[in-house]
Amino acid sequence: MQGIYLDNNATTRVDPAVVEAMLPYFTEQFGNPSSLHSFGNKVGLAVKKARMQVQELLGAEHESEIIFTSCGTESDSTAILSALKANPERREIITTVLEHPAILSLYSQLEKEGYTAHYLKVDGKGRVDLDEYRRLLSDKVAVVSAMWANNETGSFFPVLEMAELANAAGVMFHTDAVQAVGKVPIDLKNSKIDMLSLSGHKLHAPKGIGVLYLKRGTRFRPLLRGGHQERGRRAGTENTASIVALGKACEMALEAMEHENTEVRRLRDKLESGILARVPHAFATGDVTNRLPNTSNIAFEYIEGEAILLLLNKFGIAASSGSACTSGSLEPSHVMRAMGIPYTAAHGTTRFSLSRYTTEEEIDRVIQVVPEIVAQLRKLSPYWGENGPSAEPEKDFAPVYA
Amino acid sequence: MWDYSDKVKEHFFQPRNAGPLPDANAVGDVGSISCGDALRLMLKVDPETEVIQEAHFQTFGCGSAIASSSALTEIIKGLKLDEALKVSNQDIADYLDGLPPEKMHCSVMGREALQAAVANYRGEEWRDDHEEGALICKCFAIDAVMIEDTVRANNLSTVEDVINYTKAGGGCASCHEGIEEILAKVLEERGETFKAVPVKIGKDAPKPGKLTNLERIRRIEAVLESVRPQLQRDHGDIELVDVDGKTVYVSMTGACAGCQMEALTLQGIQAKLMEELGELVKLVPTRAGSLARATSQP
Repeated sequence: MQGIYLDNNATTRVDPAVVEAMLPYFTEQFGNPSSLHSFGNKVGLAVKKARMQVQELLGAEHESEIIFTSCGTESDSTAILSALKANPERREIITTVLEHPAILSLYSQLEKEGYTAHYLKVDGKGRVDLDEYRRLLSDKVAVVSAMWANNETGSFFPVLEMAELANAAGVMFHTDAVQAVGKVPIDLKNSKIDMLSLSGHKLHAPKGIGVLYLKRGTRFRPLLRGGHQERGRRAGTENTASIVALGKACEMALEAMEHENTEVRRLRDKLESGILARVPHAFATGDVTNRLPNTSNIAFEYIEGEAILLLLNKFGIAASSGSACTSGSLEPSHVMRAMGIPYTAAHGTTRFSLSRYTTEEEIDRVIQVVPEIVAQLRKLSPYWGENGPSAEPEKDFAPVYA
Repeated sequence: MWDYSDKVKEHFFQPRNAGPLPDANAVGDVGSISCGDALRLMLKVDPETEVIQEAHFQTFGCGSAIASSSALTEIIKGLKLDEALKVSNQDIADYLDGLPPEKMHCSVMGREALQAAVANYRGEEWRDDHEEGALICKCFAIDAVMIEDTVRANNLSTVEDVINYTKAGGGCASCHEGIEEILAKVLEERGETFKAVPVKIGKDAPKPGKLTNLERIRRIEAVLESVRPQLQRDHGDIELVDVDGKTVYVSMTGACAGCQMEALTLQGIQAKLMEELGELVKLVPTRAGSLARATSQP
């Protein structure tokens, strides 16, 4: 059996057409794009084409605004550290509590180095308070970073509006858009977004390739200095095969944009309503009317996420969880905690993320399997009685905590 | 996905003694905040003999928490309370053919539930006295609280001290940044500043390829000798079996044999050997099962 892959926010399969496009660049097209001879020249042209394909998906004004990197994390670090180096007198930085570790870990390190970091809080649906944001913007702030779509819930932040506000206050704005690119239309030329990160493997390109979009005129200081690659903004010999692959994947994502927002959305909605209709004491997390078309994050109360995943895996279903145990970290998902989801639910959050390969049969199968799994685990749970949660779950079971 | 043993999987998919025990006369409710796991252990104890006749559990937790709970109930059934109290978390982990380092606290939770249940039976109040912190050293499963306490109690000031006192950082060395942060914090509390000194692993760096066979074997023996106390602390041991070119064959005995952390331990020792010999060597355990596991590590 192939298995049912509903973990596309973690990574995606490389589209066969993308593999086909990249393969020649390992063999006959092995040249270095910087070389003058014909071995290199052809590869240089392929890189240029890929750059334009990325440009088109992002709605960027110039192809030179596209800088190829090795991954989303590199793009994030490059963007933030560049903004700091370009504005050495500004010692404050802004982000949100829901960001990916690629931003949060960097911010916490910067705090240790003496920067003052502001973390925008969110409400129960994971929405930021724009008034709080407005108050924090000042000429002391070097950069704002806010994710376009959250990896766990799929919910959007109002990044276009946040970029306008930052721009009006004279502050650089960066968005981590690794989950959004390819799933929602993006038109950077008509935005005030200065920098944007994307990652190839989230949109059916291989792992190990990313992009930093840098709006023309944005002051920039490279993270990697060396050769003249990427116009001196990211030294290091180009990962040509993966660059070509990413270009192809962007072209295909643009073609599939309609499908993503109609058919994938329909299947996601069917999955979510199907599960919620059959499983009591479960709810969808995040800003459900304002999120990616492919993501559904459901909290199953009184059970734990890793146990859910292990049982799903037994049925060949791949999903992901916000429970502490799945990550090897000590805390349940910081996203769920920040939204105030109680811990008996936060540990049981399960993320289903679809792709354009997801089929109706797969969704039907998951809707059938999930209620059985949840019931099986609830039988083991000390919070659960005969046919429902015990009368007062938190009171009936109040363990001594280490 | 975690590298769970077959025994862990089996106890997770088919847990023994799950569900409420209506006529229980000893109940222990405990939780480990660090993993969001919580466990209720219910015992039926014969008041005459203090023998545990029935043991049931209900667990809110991950795969290894459920498996540890299931294993615990199987281990203690039929034991007298005093015998049961001697069951350690290592016994629970051993019963399950080992747990990943990040998951050892699941077995700790099982032992605590047992203590709490016995206290409940005897009308005593049970208090948890151990605290868990973020896992710092993944090679030897040492958390931040343990390192911090040891640094405080022994006035430690270097990463090397921490390695010698706790083992933390003595394997792959990736966690030295975390250890330095703890040292800096504690040193600041006692009015000192942390000064980084290079961590010496091994003695004078040997010149590669200049060693005679005898010298090589002596150095290998010396490395094994240096890690032996650590292994013995965990009730295990290591013996040199043979050296064939670049391959060093050892036999892991006692608690180390087949332990989930064996592969990690071997990786750590292998790194030390390479450091000491100044050449690439491969450390191979002679038991077939453990060899497969060591080489399957990514």
